[in-house]
Amino acid sequence: MRTYNRPVTLAAWLEAALADADARNLPALRPLLDNLARSTAALRAAEWNSDASGNRPTPPKADAR
Amino acid sequence: MPAESSTIAQLGPQIRSGTTSSEGLTRACLERIDAANPELHAFITVLADEAIAQARTADREIASGHYRGPLHGVPISLKDLLDVEGVATTAASHVRDGHVAETDAVTVARLREAGAVFVGKCNLHEFAFGTTNEESAYGPAKHPLDPTRSPGGSSGGSAVSVAAGMAYASIGTDTGGSIRIPSAACGLVGLKPAFGEVEVDGVVPLSWSLDHVGPLCRSVADAAILHDVLRGSTPRPEATPRHSAITLGIPRAYFLDRLDAGVAAAFEATCARLRESGVVLQDVHIPHASDAGPMYLHIVLAEAAAYHAHTLETRPEAYQPDVRLRLEMGRYVLAEDYVRALRGQQVLRREVDDALVGLDGLLLPTLAIPAPVRGTTAVRLGDTDEPIRGAMLRLTQPFNISGHPALTIPCGLTPEGLPAGAQFVGHRDRTAALLQVGRSVESVVWPDGFSVVAR
Repeated sequence: MRTYNRPVTLAAWLEAALADADARNLPALRPLLDNLARSTAALRAAEWNSDASGNRPTPPKADAR
Repeated sequence: MPAESSTIAQLGPQIRSGTTSSEGLTRACLERIDAANPELHAFITVLADEAIAQARTADREIASGHYRGPLHGVPISLKDLLDVEGVATTAASHVRDGHVAETDAVTVARLREAGAVFVGKCNLHEFAFGTTNEESAYGPAKHPLDPTRSPGGSSGGSAVSVAAGMAYASIGTDTGGSIRIPSAACGLVGLKPAFGEVEVDGVVPLSWSLDHVGPLCRSVADAAILHDVLRGSTPRPEATPRHSAITLGIPRAYFLDRLDAGVAAAFEATCARLRESGVVLQDVHIPHASDAGPMYLHIVLAEAAAYHAHTLETRPEAYQPDVRLRLEMGRYVLAEDYVRALRGQQVLRREVDDALVGLDGLLLPTLAIPAPVRGTTAVRLGDTDEPIRGAMLRLTQPFNISGHPALTIPCGLTPEGLPAGAQFVGHRDRTAALLQVGRSVESVVWPDGFSVVAR
Protein backbone atom coordinates (compact mmCIF):
# COMPACT_ATOMS: atom_id res chain seq x y z
CA MET A 1 0.00 0.00 0.00
CA ARG A 2 1.31 3.45 -0.86
CA THR A 3 1.09 6.21 1.67
CA TYR A 4 0.50 9.84 0.77
CA ASN A 5 2.11 12.24 3.19
CA ARG A 6 2.06 15.38 1.15
CA PRO A 7 -0.88 17.66 1.98
CA VAL A 8 -2.62 19.47 -0.86
CA THR A 9 -1.50 22.94 0.16
CA LEU A 10 -1.84 25.96 -2.05
CA ALA A 11 1.88 25.80 -2.72
CA ALA A 12 1.62 22.14 -3.78
CA TRP A 13 -1.35 22.96 -6.00
CA LEU A 14 0.56 25.79 -7.67
CA GLU A 15 3.64 23.64 -8.20
CA ALA A 16 1.52 20.97 -9.88
CA ALA A 17 -0.36 23.50 -11.98
CA LEU A 18 2.85 25.14 -13.21
CA ALA A 19 4.32 21.77 -14.07
CA ASP A 20 1.17 20.88 -15.97
CA ALA A 21 1.27 24.17 -17.89
CA ASP A 22 4.88 23.46 -18.85
CA ALA A 23 4.00 19.91 -19.91
CA ARG A 24 1.23 21.33 -22.10
CA ASN A 25 3.69 23.77 -23.66
CA LEU A 26 1.77 26.74 -22.28
CA PRO A 27 4.52 28.77 -20.57
CA ALA A 28 2.40 31.94 -20.95
CA LEU A 29 0.03 30.41 -18.43
CA ARG A 30 2.64 30.62 -15.66
CA PRO A 31 2.09 34.28 -14.65
CA LEU A 32 -1.67 33.80 -14.76
CA LEU A 33 -1.42 30.82 -12.42
CA ASP A 34 0.81 32.82 -10.09
CA ASN A 35 -1.86 35.54 -10.00
CA LEU A 36 -4.58 32.96 -9.44
CA ALA A 37 -2.62 31.52 -6.51
CA ARG A 38 -2.38 34.96 -4.90
CA SER A 39 -6.11 35.46 -5.39
CA THR A 40 -6.84 32.00 -3.97
CA ALA A 41 -4.71 32.77 -0.91
CA ALA A 42 -6.79 35.89 -0.31
CA LEU A 43 -10.01 33.93 -0.77
CA ARG A 44 -8.93 31.26 1.71
CA ALA A 45 -7.91 33.90 4.24
CA ALA A 46 -11.40 35.41 4.40
CA GLU A 47 -13.05 34.93 7.77
CA TRP A 48 -16.31 33.56 6.38
CA ASN A 49 -14.53 30.27 5.73
CA SER A 50 -15.18 27.60 8.33
CA ASP A 51 -12.99 24.69 9.44
CA ALA A 52 -13.84 21.13 10.45
CA SER A 53 -11.86 21.55 13.67
CA GLY A 54 -14.32 24.19 14.78
CA ASN A 55 -11.58 26.80 14.71
CA ARG A 56 -11.09 29.47 12.13
CA PRO A 57 -8.68 28.33 9.41
CA THR A 58 -5.15 29.58 9.45
CA PRO A 59 -4.83 31.99 6.55
CA PRO A 60 -2.42 30.73 3.92
CA LYS A 61 0.57 32.90 3.20
CA ALA A 62 -0.19 35.69 0.75
CA ASP A 63 2.66 34.48 -1.42
CA ALA A 64 1.66 30.90 -1.99
CA ARG A 65 5.08 30.05 -3.33
CA MET B 1 -31.39 68.24 -30.97
CA PRO B 2 -30.31 66.35 -34.13
CA ALA B 3 -32.21 63.12 -34.73
CA GLU B 4 -29.09 60.98 -34.35
CA SER B 5 -28.60 62.18 -30.78
CA SER B 6 -32.27 62.00 -29.75
CA THR B 7 -33.40 59.67 -27.03
CA ILE B 8 -35.97 56.93 -27.54
CA ALA B 9 -38.35 58.79 -25.21
CA GLN B 10 -38.07 61.85 -27.47
CA LEU B 11 -38.49 59.86 -30.68
CA GLY B 12 -41.49 57.81 -29.65
CA PRO B 13 -44.15 60.52 -29.98
CA GLN B 14 -42.68 61.59 -33.36
CA ILE B 15 -42.82 58.04 -34.71
CA ARG B 16 -46.31 57.51 -33.33
CA SER B 17 -47.62 60.73 -34.89
CA GLY B 18 -45.99 59.97 -38.24
CA THR B 19 -43.83 63.11 -38.23
CA THR B 20 -40.78 60.79 -38.21
CA SER B 21 -40.69 57.48 -40.02
CA SER B 22 -38.99 54.35 -38.77
CA GLU B 23 -37.62 53.75 -42.26
CA GLY B 24 -36.03 57.19 -42.35
CA LEU B 25 -34.42 56.72 -38.93
CA THR B 26 -33.23 53.24 -39.86
CA ARG B 27 -31.71 54.34 -43.16
CA ALA B 28 -29.89 57.16 -41.38
CA CYS B 29 -28.44 54.71 -38.85
CA LEU B 30 -27.36 52.38 -41.66
CA GLU B 31 -25.66 55.29 -43.44
CA ARG B 32 -23.73 56.13 -40.29
CA ILE B 33 -22.75 52.48 -39.93
CA ASP B 34 -21.52 52.45 -43.54
CA ALA B 35 -19.48 55.59 -42.92
CA ALA B 36 -17.93 54.83 -39.54
CA ASN B 37 -17.95 51.07 -39.01
CA PRO B 38 -14.87 50.34 -41.15
CA GLU B 39 -12.81 52.33 -38.65
CA LEU B 40 -14.69 51.84 -35.38
CA HIS B 41 -15.54 48.11 -35.73
CA ALA B 42 -18.75 48.57 -33.77
CA PHE B 43 -20.67 45.91 -35.71
CA ILE B 44 -19.82 42.35 -36.65
CA THR B 45 -23.03 41.79 -38.62
CA VAL B 46 -25.11 44.58 -40.18
CA LEU B 47 -28.71 43.55 -40.84
CA ALA B 48 -29.45 46.23 -43.43
CA ASP B 49 -32.12 44.49 -45.51
CA GLU B 50 -33.82 42.96 -42.50
CA ALA B 51 -33.82 46.30 -40.67
CA ILE B 52 -35.39 48.16 -43.60
CA ALA B 53 -38.08 45.48 -43.85
CA GLN B 54 -38.76 45.70 -40.10
CA ALA B 55 -38.94 49.50 -40.30
CA ARG B 56 -41.39 49.44 -43.20
CA THR B 57 -43.59 47.01 -41.30
CA ALA B 58 -43.46 49.30 -38.26
CA ASP B 59 -44.44 52.33 -40.34
CA ARG B 60 -47.38 50.42 -41.87
CA GLU B 61 -48.58 49.17 -38.49
CA ILE B 62 -48.36 52.59 -36.89
CA ALA B 63 -50.15 54.25 -39.82
CA SER B 64 -52.97 51.73 -39.46
CA GLY B 65 -53.34 52.50 -35.76
CA HIS B 66 -51.46 49.49 -34.34
CA TYR B 67 -48.89 51.23 -32.14
CA ARG B 68 -46.97 48.74 -30.02
CA GLY B 69 -45.30 51.18 -27.62
CA PRO B 70 -42.27 53.43 -27.20
CA LEU B 71 -39.82 51.04 -28.91
CA HIS B 72 -41.98 50.63 -32.00
CA GLY B 73 -39.94 51.50 -35.07
CA VAL B 74 -36.81 52.45 -33.10
CA PRO B 75 -33.48 51.20 -34.56
CA ILE B 76 -31.39 49.45 -31.94
CA SER B 77 -28.36 47.15 -31.94
CA LEU B 78 -27.65 43.88 -30.13
CA LYS B 79 -24.43 42.59 -28.62
CA ASP B 80 -23.39 39.58 -30.66
CA LEU B 81 -23.97 37.22 -27.76
CA LEU B 82 -27.76 37.35 -28.22
CA ASP B 83 -29.40 34.90 -30.60
CA VAL B 84 -31.42 36.31 -33.49
CA GLU B 85 -33.24 33.67 -35.51
CA GLY B 86 -31.45 32.91 -38.78
CA VAL B 87 -28.39 35.02 -37.92
CA ALA B 88 -24.95 33.97 -36.65
CA THR B 89 -24.12 34.58 -33.00
CA THR B 90 -20.36 34.97 -33.29
CA ALA B 91 -19.45 35.97 -29.72
CA ALA B 92 -16.58 37.73 -31.57
CA SER B 93 -14.88 34.34 -31.87
CA HIS B 94 -13.86 31.96 -34.62
CA VAL B 95 -14.98 29.21 -32.25
CA ARG B 96 -18.50 30.11 -33.44
CA ASP B 97 -17.72 30.06 -37.17
CA GLY B 98 -20.67 28.59 -39.05
CA HIS B 99 -23.16 29.09 -36.23
CA VAL B 100 -26.68 30.21 -37.10
CA ALA B 101 -29.25 30.74 -34.34
CA GLU B 102 -32.40 28.66 -34.70
CA THR B 103 -34.59 30.92 -32.57
CA ASP B 104 -34.55 34.36 -30.98
CA ALA B 105 -33.22 34.75 -27.46
CA VAL B 106 -36.11 35.43 -25.05
CA THR B 107 -35.05 39.07 -24.79
CA VAL B 108 -34.74 39.44 -28.57
CA ALA B 109 -38.23 37.99 -29.03
CA ARG B 110 -39.58 40.54 -26.55
CA LEU B 111 -37.85 43.40 -28.33
CA ARG B 112 -39.19 42.13 -31.67
CA GLU B 113 -42.71 41.96 -30.22
CA ALA B 114 -42.30 45.55 -29.00
CA GLY B 115 -41.56 46.61 -32.58
CA ALA B 116 -37.85 47.37 -32.24
CA VAL B 117 -35.78 47.39 -35.45
CA PHE B 118 -32.48 45.47 -35.32
CA VAL B 119 -29.80 47.25 -37.35
CA GLY B 120 -27.10 44.75 -36.48
CA LYS B 121 -25.07 42.75 -34.03
CA CYS B 122 -22.23 44.42 -32.20
CA ASN B 123 -18.61 43.65 -31.57
CA LEU B 124 -17.45 42.58 -28.12
CA HIS B 125 -14.47 41.22 -26.24
CA GLU B 126 -14.36 37.57 -27.33
CA PHE B 127 -17.00 35.61 -25.42
CA ALA B 128 -17.43 38.70 -23.20
CA PHE B 129 -14.25 37.68 -21.36
CA GLY B 130 -12.48 41.03 -21.14
CA THR B 131 -12.93 44.71 -20.45
CA THR B 132 -11.30 46.47 -23.41
CA ASN B 133 -12.86 44.90 -26.52
CA GLU B 134 -9.33 44.50 -27.93
CA GLU B 135 -9.45 40.71 -28.19
CA SER B 136 -12.06 40.11 -30.87
CA ALA B 137 -11.83 37.91 -33.94
CA TYR B 138 -13.31 40.86 -35.85
CA GLY B 139 -10.81 43.51 -34.76
CA PRO B 140 -10.92 45.87 -31.80
CA ALA B 141 -13.87 48.21 -31.34
CA LYS B 142 -12.57 51.76 -31.07
CA HIS B 143 -13.71 54.70 -28.95
CA PRO B 144 -15.78 57.12 -31.06
CA LEU B 145 -14.26 60.23 -29.46
CA ASP B 146 -10.67 58.99 -29.78
CA PRO B 147 -10.08 55.87 -31.88
CA THR B 148 -6.69 55.30 -30.26
CA ARG B 149 -8.63 54.39 -27.11
CA SER B 150 -10.75 51.44 -26.07
CA PRO B 151 -14.49 52.06 -25.66
CA GLY B 152 -14.42 49.65 -22.72
CA GLY B 153 -15.98 46.24 -22.76
CA SER B 154 -17.04 43.71 -23.07
CA SER B 155 -20.08 45.35 -24.70
CA GLY B 156 -17.75 47.80 -26.45
CA GLY B 157 -19.30 47.65 -29.91
CA SER B 158 -22.72 48.23 -28.37
CA ALA B 159 -21.52 51.39 -26.65
CA VAL B 160 -19.83 52.65 -29.82
CA SER B 161 -22.99 52.04 -31.86
CA VAL B 162 -25.05 54.26 -29.54
CA ALA B 163 -22.39 56.92 -28.93
CA ALA B 164 -21.66 57.22 -32.68
CA GLY B 165 -25.31 57.54 -33.70
CA MET B 166 -25.52 54.13 -35.39
CA ALA B 167 -28.37 53.00 -33.13
CA TYR B 168 -30.60 54.61 -30.49
CA ALA B 169 -29.81 51.96 -27.89
CA SER B 170 -28.12 48.60 -27.62
CA ILE B 171 -28.66 45.48 -25.58
CA GLY B 172 -25.58 44.17 -23.85
CA THR B 173 -24.55 41.74 -21.15
CA ASP B 174 -22.82 42.39 -17.85
CA THR B 175 -20.92 39.72 -15.91
CA GLY B 176 -18.42 41.96 -14.12
CA GLY B 177 -19.37 45.37 -15.50
CA SER B 178 -19.65 44.82 -19.25
CA ILE B 179 -22.66 47.13 -19.69
CA ARG B 180 -21.64 49.76 -17.15
CA ILE B 181 -17.93 49.97 -18.05
CA PRO B 182 -18.37 50.84 -21.77
CA SER B 183 -21.37 53.02 -20.96
CA ALA B 184 -19.26 55.06 -18.55
CA ALA B 185 -16.29 55.15 -20.93
CA CYS B 186 -18.46 56.38 -23.82
CA GLY B 187 -20.77 58.80 -21.95
CA LEU B 188 -23.92 56.67 -21.94
CA VAL B 189 -26.49 55.43 -19.49
CA GLY B 190 -26.18 51.70 -18.78
CA LEU B 191 -28.35 49.44 -16.64
CA LYS B 192 -27.46 46.10 -15.10
CA PRO B 193 -30.82 44.90 -13.77
CA ALA B 194 -31.11 42.76 -10.65
CA PHE B 195 -29.78 39.21 -11.05
CA GLY B 196 -32.37 36.89 -12.58
CA GLU B 197 -34.74 39.70 -13.49
CA VAL B 198 -34.13 39.48 -17.24
CA GLU B 199 -34.06 36.08 -18.95
CA VAL B 200 -30.69 34.90 -20.28
CA ASP B 201 -32.04 32.06 -22.45
CA GLY B 202 -30.52 32.40 -25.91
CA VAL B 203 -27.58 34.47 -24.68
CA VAL B 204 -24.08 32.94 -24.83
CA PRO B 205 -23.04 32.57 -21.18
CA LEU B 206 -19.83 33.64 -19.50
CA SER B 207 -20.76 32.84 -15.90
CA TRP B 208 -24.22 31.57 -14.99
CA SER B 209 -23.99 32.97 -11.45
CA LEU B 210 -23.04 36.48 -12.58
CA ASP B 211 -24.48 37.10 -16.08
CA HIS B 212 -27.05 39.87 -16.60
CA VAL B 213 -28.71 41.32 -19.74
CA GLY B 214 -29.53 45.03 -19.97
CA PRO B 215 -29.51 48.22 -22.04
CA LEU B 216 -26.92 50.82 -23.04
CA CYS B 217 -28.69 54.03 -24.03
CA ARG B 218 -28.83 57.85 -23.84
CA SER B 219 -31.09 58.55 -20.89
CA VAL B 220 -32.51 56.93 -17.78
CA ALA B 221 -35.99 57.20 -19.33
CA ASP B 222 -34.73 55.09 -22.24
CA ALA B 223 -33.23 52.56 -19.81
CA ALA B 224 -36.64 52.27 -18.14
CA ILE B 225 -38.40 51.73 -21.49
CA LEU B 226 -35.93 49.00 -22.47
CA HIS B 227 -35.95 47.42 -19.02
CA ASP B 228 -39.73 47.05 -19.16
CA VAL B 229 -39.54 45.34 -22.54
CA LEU B 230 -36.59 43.11 -21.62
CA ARG B 231 -38.31 41.77 -18.51
CA GLY B 232 -41.60 41.36 -20.33
CA SER B 233 -43.59 43.78 -18.21
CA THR B 234 -46.06 46.53 -19.01
CA PRO B 235 -44.58 50.04 -18.84
CA ARG B 236 -45.41 51.74 -15.56
CA PRO B 237 -46.49 55.33 -14.97
CA GLU B 238 -43.39 57.30 -14.10
CA ALA B 239 -43.07 58.74 -10.61
CA THR B 240 -39.87 60.68 -10.17
CA PRO B 241 -39.03 61.32 -6.50
CA ARG B 242 -38.22 64.85 -5.33
CA HIS B 243 -34.50 65.46 -4.87
CA SER B 244 -34.96 66.39 -1.23
CA ALA B 245 -36.58 63.01 -0.61
CA ILE B 246 -33.57 61.05 -1.84
CA THR B 247 -30.87 59.69 0.46
CA LEU B 248 -27.85 57.93 -1.04
CA GLY B 249 -24.98 56.12 0.63
CA ILE B 250 -21.40 56.52 -0.53
CA PRO B 251 -19.21 53.48 0.23
CA ARG B 252 -15.91 55.37 0.33
CA ALA B 253 -13.61 52.62 1.60
CA TYR B 254 -12.39 50.47 -1.32
CA PHE B 255 -14.61 52.19 -3.92
CA LEU B 256 -13.02 55.65 -3.71
CA ASP B 257 -9.54 54.55 -2.63
CA ARG B 258 -7.82 54.51 -6.02
CA LEU B 259 -9.30 56.70 -8.77
CA ASP B 260 -7.92 58.62 -11.71
CA ALA B 261 -7.76 62.28 -10.64
CA GLY B 262 -10.08 63.42 -13.44
CA VAL B 263 -12.65 60.74 -12.63
CA ALA B 264 -12.47 61.62 -8.92
CA ALA B 265 -13.01 65.32 -9.68
CA ALA B 266 -16.02 64.61 -11.91
CA PHE B 267 -17.52 62.33 -9.26
CA GLU B 268 -17.02 64.83 -6.42
CA ALA B 269 -18.52 67.62 -8.57
CA THR B 270 -21.56 65.43 -9.13
CA CYS B 271 -21.86 64.80 -5.40
CA ALA B 272 -21.73 68.55 -4.79
CA ARG B 273 -24.49 69.22 -7.31
CA LEU B 274 -26.67 66.55 -5.78
CA ARG B 275 -26.16 67.96 -2.28
CA GLU B 276 -27.03 71.46 -3.54
CA SER B 277 -30.28 70.10 -4.99
CA GLY B 278 -31.27 68.58 -1.66
CA VAL B 279 -30.14 64.99 -2.08
CA VAL B 280 -28.80 63.67 1.22
CA LEU B 281 -25.46 61.85 0.94
CA GLN B 282 -24.05 59.80 3.79
CA ASP B 283 -21.11 57.44 4.10
CA VAL B 284 -21.72 53.69 4.31
CA HIS B 285 -19.42 50.69 4.58
CA ILE B 286 -19.36 47.31 2.80
CA PRO B 287 -16.85 45.34 4.88
CA HIS B 288 -15.96 42.64 2.35
CA ALA B 289 -15.98 44.77 -0.80
CA SER B 290 -12.22 44.29 -1.06
CA ASP B 291 -12.77 40.52 -1.32
CA ALA B 292 -14.91 40.94 -4.43
CA GLY B 293 -11.95 40.43 -6.77
CA PRO B 294 -10.99 36.95 -5.49
CA MET B 295 -14.66 35.93 -5.29
CA TYR B 296 -15.30 37.11 -8.83
CA LEU B 297 -12.20 35.47 -10.26
CA HIS B 298 -12.96 32.03 -8.84
CA ILE B 299 -16.62 32.08 -9.87
CA VAL B 300 -16.14 33.42 -13.38
CA LEU B 301 -13.09 31.27 -14.15
CA ALA B 302 -14.67 28.03 -12.96
CA GLU B 303 -17.99 28.60 -14.74
CA ALA B 304 -16.41 29.86 -17.97
CA ALA B 305 -14.04 26.87 -18.00
CA ALA B 306 -17.01 24.53 -17.67
CA TYR B 307 -18.70 26.11 -20.69
CA HIS B 308 -15.54 26.20 -22.82
CA ALA B 309 -13.90 22.91 -21.80
CA HIS B 310 -14.77 20.98 -24.96
CA THR B 311 -13.68 23.66 -27.44
CA LEU B 312 -10.53 24.38 -25.42
CA GLU B 313 -9.62 20.74 -25.92
CA THR B 314 -10.64 20.43 -29.55
CA ARG B 315 -10.10 23.89 -31.11
CA PRO B 316 -7.84 25.96 -28.86
CA GLU B 317 -6.37 27.80 -31.84
CA ALA B 318 -9.80 29.27 -32.64
CA TYR B 319 -9.65 31.51 -29.54
CA GLN B 320 -7.82 34.82 -29.26
CA PRO B 321 -4.56 33.87 -27.49
CA ASP B 322 -5.06 35.80 -24.25
CA VAL B 323 -8.72 34.81 -23.93
CA ARG B 324 -7.71 31.18 -24.37
CA LEU B 325 -5.12 31.52 -21.61
CA ARG B 326 -7.63 33.03 -19.18
CA LEU B 327 -10.06 30.21 -19.94
CA GLU B 328 -7.29 27.64 -19.48
CA MET B 329 -6.53 29.23 -16.10
CA GLY B 330 -10.11 28.42 -15.08
CA ARG B 331 -9.47 24.71 -15.52
CA TYR B 332 -7.07 24.81 -12.58
CA VAL B 333 -9.54 26.29 -10.06
CA LEU B 334 -10.24 23.77 -7.31
CA ALA B 335 -13.84 22.91 -6.49
CA GLU B 336 -13.25 23.85 -2.84
CA ASP B 337 -12.19 27.37 -3.85
CA TYR B 338 -15.22 27.78 -6.11
CA VAL B 339 -17.37 26.87 -3.11
CA ARG B 340 -15.50 29.36 -0.91
CA ALA B 341 -16.24 32.06 -3.49
CA LEU B 342 -19.94 31.15 -3.58
CA ARG B 343 -20.10 31.36 0.21
CA GLY B 344 -18.42 34.75 0.01
CA GLN B 345 -21.08 35.79 -2.50
CA GLN B 346 -23.73 35.30 0.17
CA VAL B 347 -21.73 37.40 2.62
CA LEU B 348 -21.30 40.25 0.16
CA ARG B 349 -24.99 40.13 -0.81
CA ARG B 350 -26.02 40.54 2.84
CA GLU B 351 -23.55 43.36 3.36
CA VAL B 352 -24.85 45.33 0.37
CA ASP B 353 -28.40 44.73 1.65
CA ASP B 354 -27.31 46.07 5.05
CA ALA B 355 -25.61 49.11 3.53
CA LEU B 356 -28.85 49.98 1.71
CA VAL B 357 -31.09 49.92 4.78
CA GLY B 358 -32.90 53.25 5.03
CA LEU B 359 -31.41 54.50 1.76
CA ASP B 360 -32.69 54.94 -1.78
CA GLY B 361 -29.43 53.68 -3.23
CA LEU B 362 -25.66 53.72 -3.17
CA LEU B 363 -23.58 56.23 -5.13
CA LEU B 364 -20.05 55.55 -6.33
CA PRO B 365 -17.95 55.98 -9.48
CA THR B 366 -18.54 53.43 -12.23
CA LEU B 367 -15.08 53.21 -13.73
CA ALA B 368 -11.90 54.18 -11.88
CA ILE B 369 -10.18 55.40 -15.04
CA PRO B 370 -11.23 57.08 -18.29
CA ALA B 371 -11.23 55.07 -21.53
CA PRO B 372 -7.69 53.63 -21.75
CA VAL B 373 -5.41 53.86 -24.76
CA ARG B 374 -5.59 50.55 -26.60
CA GLY B 375 -2.66 48.28 -25.79
CA THR B 376 -2.32 49.58 -22.25
CA THR B 377 -1.75 46.73 -19.82
CA ALA B 378 -1.41 48.65 -16.55
CA VAL B 379 -2.40 52.02 -15.17
CA ARG B 380 -0.80 54.05 -12.39
CA LEU B 381 -3.25 55.18 -9.73
CA GLY B 382 -1.64 57.07 -6.88
CA ASP B 383 1.57 55.22 -6.15
CA THR B 384 0.32 51.86 -7.41
CA ASP B 385 0.52 50.23 -10.83
CA GLU B 386 -2.68 48.25 -11.38
CA PRO B 387 -3.43 45.82 -14.23
CA ILE B 388 -5.92 47.45 -16.60
CA ARG B 389 -8.42 44.60 -16.27
CA GLY B 390 -8.56 44.88 -12.49
CA ALA B 391 -8.76 48.67 -12.60
CA MET B 392 -11.74 48.51 -14.96
CA LEU B 393 -13.66 45.81 -13.07
CA ARG B 394 -12.98 46.92 -9.52
CA LEU B 395 -16.03 49.16 -8.97
CA THR B 396 -18.65 47.20 -10.90
CA GLN B 397 -18.01 43.50 -10.18
CA PRO B 398 -19.12 43.63 -6.51
CA PHE B 399 -22.71 44.15 -7.69
CA ASN B 400 -22.59 41.25 -10.15
CA ILE B 401 -21.61 39.14 -7.19
CA SER B 402 -24.29 40.61 -4.92
CA GLY B 403 -26.94 40.69 -7.67
CA HIS B 404 -28.14 44.22 -6.88
CA PRO B 405 -29.33 46.40 -9.78
CA ALA B 406 -26.82 49.06 -10.82
CA LEU B 407 -27.15 52.03 -13.14
CA THR B 408 -24.43 54.25 -14.59
CA ILE B 409 -25.10 57.84 -15.59
CA PRO B 410 -22.58 60.22 -17.21
CA CYS B 411 -21.11 62.52 -14.55
CA GLY B 412 -18.89 64.80 -16.58
CA LEU B 413 -15.67 64.83 -18.53
CA THR B 414 -12.07 64.38 -17.45
CA PRO B 415 -9.52 67.09 -18.37
CA GLU B 416 -8.69 65.14 -21.56
CA GLY B 417 -12.37 65.33 -22.59
CA LEU B 418 -13.28 61.72 -21.84
CA PRO B 419 -16.54 60.76 -20.11
CA ALA B 420 -16.76 59.61 -16.50
CA GLY B 421 -19.68 57.76 -14.98
CA ALA B 422 -21.50 57.75 -11.63
CA GLN B 423 -22.94 54.42 -10.51
CA PHE B 424 -26.17 54.05 -8.55
CA VAL B 425 -26.96 50.75 -6.84
CA GLY B 426 -30.49 49.88 -5.75
CA HIS B 427 -32.24 47.37 -3.53
CA ARG B 428 -32.21 43.84 -4.92
CA ASP B 429 -35.88 43.59 -5.81
CA ARG B 430 -36.40 47.22 -6.80
CA THR B 431 -34.83 48.03 -10.16
CA ALA B 432 -37.79 50.23 -11.07
CA ALA B 433 -37.25 52.31 -7.93
CA LEU B 434 -33.56 52.64 -8.83
CA LEU B 435 -34.54 53.93 -12.27
CA GLN B 436 -36.82 56.52 -10.66
CA VAL B 437 -33.94 57.72 -8.49
CA GLY B 438 -31.78 57.76 -11.61
CA ARG B 439 -34.27 59.97 -13.45
CA SER B 440 -34.33 62.41 -10.58
CA VAL B 441 -30.55 62.49 -10.35
CA GLU B 442 -30.17 62.84 -14.11
CA SER B 443 -32.39 65.94 -14.04
CA VAL B 444 -30.00 67.51 -11.52
CA VAL B 445 -26.76 66.54 -13.20
CA TRP B 446 -27.92 67.09 -16.78
CA PRO B 447 -30.95 69.44 -16.75
CA ASP B 448 -30.61 69.96 -20.51
CA GLY B 449 -29.71 66.37 -21.34
CA PHE B 450 -26.28 64.93 -22.01
CA SER B 451 -24.96 63.81 -25.35
CA VAL B 452 -21.56 62.71 -26.53
CA VAL B 453 -22.84 61.43 -29.89
CA ALA B 454 -19.75 61.63 -32.07
CA ARG B 455 -20.07 62.74 -35.67
